[in-house]
Amino acid sequence: MAKQEHKQPLVHIVKRSAMPFKKALAIRAAAIVIALLLCGIIAMMLAKTNPINIYGAMIKGAFGTENKIWNLLQDIAILLCISLAITPAFKMKFWNCGAEGQVLIGGLGAVTVMYFLGGKVAYPVLLIIMIAVSILAGMIWAIIPALFKAQWNTNETLFTLMMNYIATQLVAFCLKSWVKSGSGVLTPMEQYGLPRIGHRYLLNIIVVVVITAIMYVYLKYSKHGYEISVVGESENTAKYIGINVKKVIIRTLLVSGAVCGIAGLLLVGGTDHTITTTTVGGRGFTAIMVSWLAKFNPLVMVLTTFLVVFLQKGSSQMQYDFGVNNAVSDIITAIILFFIIGCEFFINYKVVFRKKEDKAVKEAEQK
Amino acid sequence: MSEKRIALELRGVTKTFGEVVANKNVDLTLHHGEILAILGENGSGKTTLMNMIAGIYYPDEGHIYVDGEEANIRSPKDAFAYGVGMIHQHFKLVDVFSAADNIILGINDGTKYNKKEIAKKVSAIADKYGFHLEPGKKIHEMAVSEKQTVEIIKVLYRGAEILILDEPTAVLTPQETEKLFNVLRNMRDDGKSIIIITHKMHEVMSISDRVAVLRKGEHIATVETAKTTEAELADMMIGKKVSLNIERSEPKNPQRRLTVSNINSKNEDGISVLDNISFEVNSGEILGIAGIAGSGQRELLESIAGLYHLDSGSIVYVDPKTDKEENLRDKNPIQIRELGVRLSFVPEDRLGMGLVGNMDIIDNMMLRSYRRGHSAFLDRSKPRELAENIIKSLEVVTPDAHTPVRRLSGGNVQKVLVGREIAASPSLLMAAYPVRGLDINSSYMIYNLLNKQKESGVAVVFVGEDIDVLIDLCDRILVMNSGKITGIVDARTAKKEEIGLLMTKSTSIAEDEAAQKGGAVNG
Repeated sequence: MAKQEHKQPLVHIVKRSAMPFKKALAIRAAAIVIALLLCGIIAMMLAKTNPINIYGAMIKGAFGTENKIWNLLQDIAILLCISLAITPAFKMKFWNCGAEGQVLIGGLGAVTVMYFLGGKVAYPVLLIIMIAVSILAGMIWAIIPALFKAQWNTNETLFTLMMNYIATQLVAFCLKSWVKSGSGVLTPMEQYGLPRIGHRYLLNIIVVVVITAIMYVYLKYSKHGYEISVVGESENTAKYIGINVKKVIIRTLLVSGAVCGIAGLLLVGGTDHTITTTTVGGRGFTAIMVSWLAKFNPLVMVLTTFLVVFLQKGSSQMQYDFGVNNAVSDIITAIILFFIIGCEFFINYKVVFRKKEDKAVKEAEQK
Repeated sequence: MSEKRIALELRGVTKTFGEVVANKNVDLTLHHGEILAILGENGSGKTTLMNMIAGIYYPDEGHIYVDGEEANIRSPKDAFAYGVGMIHQHFKLVDVFSAADNIILGINDGTKYNKKEIAKKVSAIADKYGFHLEPGKKIHEMAVSEKQTVEIIKVLYRGAEILILDEPTAVLTPQETEKLFNVLRNMRDDGKSIIIITHKMHEVMSISDRVAVLRKGEHIATVETAKTTEAELADMMIGKKVSLNIERSEPKNPQRRLTVSNINSKNEDGISVLDNISFEVNSGEILGIAGIAGSGQRELLESIAGLYHLDSGSIVYVDPKTDKEENLRDKNPIQIRELGVRLSFVPEDRLGMGLVGNMDIIDNMMLRSYRRGHSAFLDRSKPRELAENIIKSLEVVTPDAHTPVRRLSGGNVQKVLVGREIAASPSLLMAAYPVRGLDINSSYMIYNLLNKQKESGVAVVFVGEDIDVLIDLCDRILVMNSGKITGIVDARTAKKEEIGLLMTKSTSIAEDEAAQKGGAVNG
């Protein structure tokens, strides 16, 4: 046929089977180097200074003083805790976008106990009730969408997102009814918070280290973790071997919600000792990115959390030092994340360019 | 038949997918005002051939002529320009749109969107050929047959003169099928040319003017329906028997292991998927199940394995040690296992159901056994041993036991799955298309494994598509069509043509018996 042409497209994308670990590591390293170079150029253009200064400011922002290091660790701890919380759900392909609300409601649980029982019951009793209420609140907030998903196959993404708004409004309502006068700010109740050991953030950090280890073991070595993987990979296989999919969904979301509740407890009982509608501050969503970046591996998640928190801290220092618009620091953060996520594409796929000579193509076809 | 004008002609059409030849040098002619049936087994290349006419695929070699002129059909849009329209097996409609909106979707002829005008035109087409359709009705409110009507009118609306229907009756009840056939006859009388793919021989005989038979991608012959018989067509479709040299022993001490009685199941659309199925499986034998794909084989095995819901009937398992009988119906896989039923199942969808593609061989070994013991933690030591064993004894080609199974080749994936299922020392082993996509060596390895299981007294159920294999490997062969059992034959004496005929027969054994008793003389 004369008109018929078997022209290959200029580029086409082929899935790779497997890449040696070292090569994959090299690609990731290259991505970070390119990202840093590109950021340097953009920063030079926008902030009118050399890249060394920029990166110096970022490092200073994260590690500059002892206080800053503690802040960094505290932020890592909280973000890591929330990331760990959503991981079992995400591994099961249950897109839990409601960590924001689940953490907030856990915090509301803690603050409610502090507000009503503070000074009225013995401190150890208060402590136990506070922990139980926070965890329970987080579980309830997660179990509602899970039940609907298991029973009626509702869309969990929308459901959990909407639950976030309810949590926010509930906190607003409580604050309004508890704080009658003035600023509307609930006075911190430090005396009723979690006990302090050493530095005020130390307890939080220890708790999250323990949770990280537990979550790693739970996902990798427990029967529950195995069931989560099977349900996430293939619901048909799960049914074939007799896993009760509904039960696994509900159980996993209880775990997810409980850890969110703990994150809320650490934020309120361990750090703020009060609550506002923005206590969680979007970390419920950042956690999704952190968890994905780590491919749901709790140990790798320590690294990805560090990366994200470091970028946040560093870029706010940059703003301060060079007086640039906060968009600049957002751009830098975005570029680095873009490259890190983007390089995964080159690890999984190969880009093949069309061979220049038609001869080669024809030969290949004849074979 | 008088000399008719040729509407569509294919000359030397070839299409390959990688190594697989889907169509080889196919010649085909279609006249104006005729219904041509295309007959062929699974994988004989019917759908690929039709897709090339409809512009979904482009032939590697060969020419297509429409009304005597060479046609270069590169997309469904091109196909419409040549007056060719295809009604696919799986409908391609927008659920939330109305029938009329679906029909005009994608037409860009410069006219304004005028609801009334469109509805009028749609109704006119429907009335002309005897359809019933409400243009304003939304697709999601429709029954399957109505959706099919929308698809057909969609094609007619675009002015199609040549219609291709891919297994249109698979989703219809007998009454709806009759209605559809009347419509098709009206269209034929109006001068339209129709190609219909169907697996039901009686439909071929009742609707078509001519029949084209494909086998393994090649065009065997085109014959006039009036001048042929069902037996001749089945012969052409199946081909000559090839001997395979599979060693088959006589069943030793066969005992009843499973009794399936009168099971029925209808799908969401009210179509019978399993229609009054009854049979027995004995220990020490291989029961083969033959049939065109989608005749209810998958549902049958899944209902025994506790994965498919039945409306009525019973499935009774006899324990080989205690002779205790257990009804497995409405029990899930866990409950079946807890009853002590040693049932292994190699499903058709290996990576989507039998295994988890992203998990390594060891973790896949655990799927069946991970629950064992009271510990909350996994014990990977025994699965690791099992994985190593299977890799060694079945010669699985893999770097190591930690390789995700999706990276293995098809044959090796199947060895892992069959190996695991046999390792559970079943008393009943079911395997659906266990050699699909496997090379000859791997296939023989699987046949040998099944044979060994049979010799050790396991009741084996084997769903296959290659009739030569079924005849040489099995002891008895059960043939299904449209959810019914159309026959159970002794594999040692069965003829290939006999099975071919049963595969396209539309009445079940029970119905035949009832008809004989009633003395009805039918077809």
